[in-house]
Amino acid sequence: MSMSTSRISHSYRSAKVPIQKANDTMRQRWRGLPFPVRVLGYIVLIGVAMLLPAQSIGNIMAPQSDWPTILFYPIGSYILLALGLNVVVGLAGMLDLGYVAFFAIGGYTMAVLGVNYNWTFWEILPVGIAVAALSGVILGAPTLRLRGDYLAIVTLGFGEIIQRVVNNLSVTGGPTGISGIPHPPSVGSLSFLTYGVLDPRPYYYLEVVMIAIVIFFSIRLENSRVGRGWVALREDEDAAEIMGVPTFTFKIWAFAIGASVGGLSGVVYASKVIAITPENYPLLLSVLILVCVVLGGSGNRAGVILGAFLVAWLPERFRGLANYRILFFGAMLVIMMIFRPGGLLPARRRASEFAHGIGGGQPLGGEIQSGQFEEDEEGEK
Amino acid sequence: MQLLEIKDLEVFYGKIQALRGISVYVNSGEIVSLIGANGAGKTTTLKTISGLRKVHSGSITFKGEDITNMVGHKRVQLGLCQAPEGRGIFPGMTVVENLEMGAYTRKKSDADKVKEDFERVFSLFPRLNERRKQVAGTMSGGEQQMLAIGRALMASPELLLLDEPSMGLAPMLVSQIFDIIQEINRQGTTVLVVEQNATKALSISNRAYVLETGTVTRSADARELLEDDSIRKAYLGE
Repeated sequence: MSMSTSRISHSYRSAKVPIQKANDTMRQRWRGLPFPVRVLGYIVLIGVAMLLPAQSIGNIMAPQSDWPTILFYPIGSYILLALGLNVVVGLAGMLDLGYVAFFAIGGYTMAVLGVNYNWTFWEILPVGIAVAALSGVILGAPTLRLRGDYLAIVTLGFGEIIQRVVNNLSVTGGPTGISGIPHPPSVGSLSFLTYGVLDPRPYYYLEVVMIAIVIFFSIRLENSRVGRGWVALREDEDAAEIMGVPTFTFKIWAFAIGASVGGLSGVVYASKVIAITPENYPLLLSVLILVCVVLGGSGNRAGVILGAFLVAWLPERFRGLANYRILFFGAMLVIMMIFRPGGLLPARRRASEFAHGIGGGQPLGGEIQSGQFEEDEEGEK
Repeated sequence: MQLLEIKDLEVFYGKIQALRGISVYVNSGEIVSLIGANGAGKTTTLKTISGLRKVHSGSITFKGEDITNMVGHKRVQLGLCQAPEGRGIFPGMTVVENLEMGAYTRKKSDADKVKEDFERVFSLFPRLNERRKQVAGTMSGGEQQMLAIGRALMASPELLLLDEPSMGLAPMLVSQIFDIIQEINRQGTTVLVVEQNATKALSISNRAYVLETGTVTRSADARELLEDDSIRKAYLGE
C-alpha cells in the first residue's frame, strides 16, 4: 500500500507544488511575526470560533440541520480527537487504528462516575483524562515494540476490545449504555455558560476552550526536546536510538498524550449527550479520525483541523443528497488523496518524508523501508 | 588502554545465529577495522555494540563498564556513537537539524563545546557547510554519508563506529572519506570501522579482524593482513 501511494506522490508532485509553496510562505511569514502579533492572531481566531454558531452562518453551512449542534458534534469533537491522534500519527509516526477506544474510555468515565457516584463534570474531567492516559500506557507498554503494520493491527484490536467490554459489563449498562449523565454545572445566569438540554452553544464554547488548550500544549510539545525526539524516531527509529533518543519511552509518551486528549473529548462529549451506548464508539469513528489527520496533512495542526472540519462538515452539508452523500463524500476523499497525497496542508518536513516513503500515516514498517534501501543500493552499484 | 572489549559475543535473529562467539577489542586512539564478505556479521557486530540488537551470550565492556544489557540511547552518553550504514540520516530534516540531533544527549552547559563541534564538522566536511539548510533526503549518497559521520561526531564520542562508510560511493569520494576518517582519528577519536572495501580500510587501520559467518577467523596488524597472500586473494580481489 505504501509503495503504491508513494509512487502516486511522485507522479503528481508537480501538480501540488504551487499550493505547497504558498503554504510554506504563509507559514514562514506567520513565524516571522513578533510574538504579541501572533498572540493577537490566536485571540482573533478564538473570537471567530465563538461567533461561528450564528444563525446567518448556519444558513449557509448547514441549511438542513441545526448548525450549533453540528458544531459541537461532529465538528468540534472531531477536531479535538484529530488533534490528539495527530500527536501519535503525525508527530511520533505510529499508526493507531483504535483511537476511538480512548474516546469511549473518557465517555464511560464521565457516565459511570457522574451517574453512579454523583461526581461533577469538573471533578471527572481530570480523572477521565488520567484513566485514558493510563490505558494508553497499558496498551502501549507491551505493544509499542511492534512497528508499522503490526502496531496498527494491535491498536485496531484494542478499539474493538473496549467496545465489546462496555457492551458486556453491567457497570457500563451493557448494550443499552448509561443514561442520565449530568451536564457541566452552569456558571451564574449567563446564557452562554448555562449547560442545559436545549442550547448546544455552551458546550461548543467549552469545546473551543479545550481545543485552544490542546493546541497550546501540542505546540509546546512539538518544539520541545520530546518533540524533536519524535521527529527523529518517526524518520528512522534505529538512528534515533543511536543518537540517544529514548525511543521506547517517547513512544509511550506519545501514546499516553494522544490517549489523554481522546479521553478529554470523550468526557466533554458525554457531558452533553445525556446517554451513551457502545454504538457511539464504532470502528468507523477511529477510521474517520485517522482520515481527518491524513487528509488534512499529518503533523501539521492547521491541516489536521481543516481535515477534521471537512470530514465532519461535508456529510452534514450534503444531507440533502440523502444516502448518496456518503458515496459523494467517499469520492471526494479518493480524489483528494490522488491530487494531494500528503494532505491538504502537509507539514514541510512531512512532505519530504512522504517523498521518501517514510513517516506515519501509512504503514511504516522497518521492513518496507529497508526494502527500499536495498533497491537504491543495487541501483548504484 | 582498552576502550572497548567484546567477549564471546553471540547474537541471534530469531533462530538464526548471526554471531557465533566474536571477541574483539579496541584500544584508545586506534583505528580498528572489521572486514569480511556480505553476511559475515560485521554490521550485526556494530549494531550490537550500539545496543540495537540483543545479546544472547557474551559481554561488551566500554571504558571498564559492562554495557552488555544497557539500552542503546544510554550508550551514547557514555561516549559511543555510530554512523549507520548507507542512508541512516534523518531525510526530512535539514543538514543542521541532523547535526543537532547528533548533539541530542549533550547538556545545555555544554553549548560552547557543541558550537565548536559544529565548526569542527563543517571544517572536516566543507560540503555540509555549503548545504546547511538543505533537506538531507535530497542530497547525494556521498553527502549523506558525510552527514551521517558528522552527525555521529556531534555526540562528541570517544569511540566512533562507522558502518560501511564507502558503500555506494564513487572511487574519488571513497578516498576522500577515508582521509577524513584518518583526520578524525588524529584529532583524538578512536574509530571502529566495518568495511567491504578491505584495501582502503586496512590501509588506514592499525589493526583488523577478519569475520567469516559470524566468527573471527584472523586478527592481526592491518599491514600484516595487507601483505598476506590468502587475505589478498579472498578480500582484496587479487
